[in-house]
Amino acid sequence: MSITSEPSEWLDKYGDALYRYAMVRLRDSMLAEDMVQETLLAAVQAHGRYAGQSSEKTWLTGILKHKIVDHLRKARRELPLGDDIDTAADRTDELFTRRGHWNIDISQWSDPDKALEQKEFWRIFSECIEHLPPRMGDALMMRELDGLSTEEICQELAVDTTNNLWVILSRARMRMRQCLDAHWFQRQPEDRT
Amino acid sequence: MLSCKEASQLVSQSLDRPLSFGQRLGLRLHLLICKMCHQYAHQLRFLQRVARHLPEHLDESDAPRLSAAAKQRIRHTLDAGADHS
Repeated sequence: MSITSEPSEWLDKYGDALYRYAMVRLRDSMLAEDMVQETLLAAVQAHGRYAGQSSEKTWLTGILKHKIVDHLRKARRELPLGDDIDTAADRTDELFTRRGHWNIDISQWSDPDKALEQKEFWRIFSECIEHLPPRMGDALMMRELDGLSTEEICQELAVDTTNNLWVILSRARMRMRQCLDAHWFQRQPEDRT
Repeated sequence: MLSCKEASQLVSQSLDRPLSFGQRLGLRLHLLICKMCHQYAHQLRFLQRVARHLPEHLDESDAPRLSAAAKQRIRHTLDAGADHS
């Protein structure tokens, strides 16, 4: 049994971290605040069932992830169907020639591991996620951050086939690659702070 | 022979599902001879690793925080919730 803190301390201890996580996922401060509140409420109620197998923060983040997925599912239901980006042409198509060759230069990234040590890199990474089309960003984060299976994501986001989801994820990763390339790796080292 | 466009899609799919034997073979051959796709595959795996570690890095000091007003509101709600239980 690990040492745990009192539920009354959670807001001060983990509130900001939960809020930031919700902000990256939802890009809306009011909504992010609501999610933190719902998470803490649910956590207080479930306190007795928390067995201490993971750290408190991991446990709380897990509850938050569920709340966010629930929210996205509900928000999705309220949208009219047929606005799908799934099969529409995408600007990532322009990165290839008609015959399927690269239209751009994919050059090597210098010292990517070193980038991980720089705050600025993480900020740019978050901003690149925020610039993805919303549904594409949701799909990518459900996959990479929440670790949901492609079947689960199809269900949550009402994507009709796994095939379409693969297309969405492939485009999302391509855009992330382009964004980080332009805003981090191709910038001159002296521009970096 | 796979085109680069197809190869790039398979690289992404390999992060989401096990590829078939034929797809794996085709992709491996393509990556052997195509430097750009080889780089691309590297970069996508790097991006995946970065995304997975994002939550831990959101603690940086210049990241957004809950406003004092929001904290107070949440605390009120939590206190009210605790009273009911």
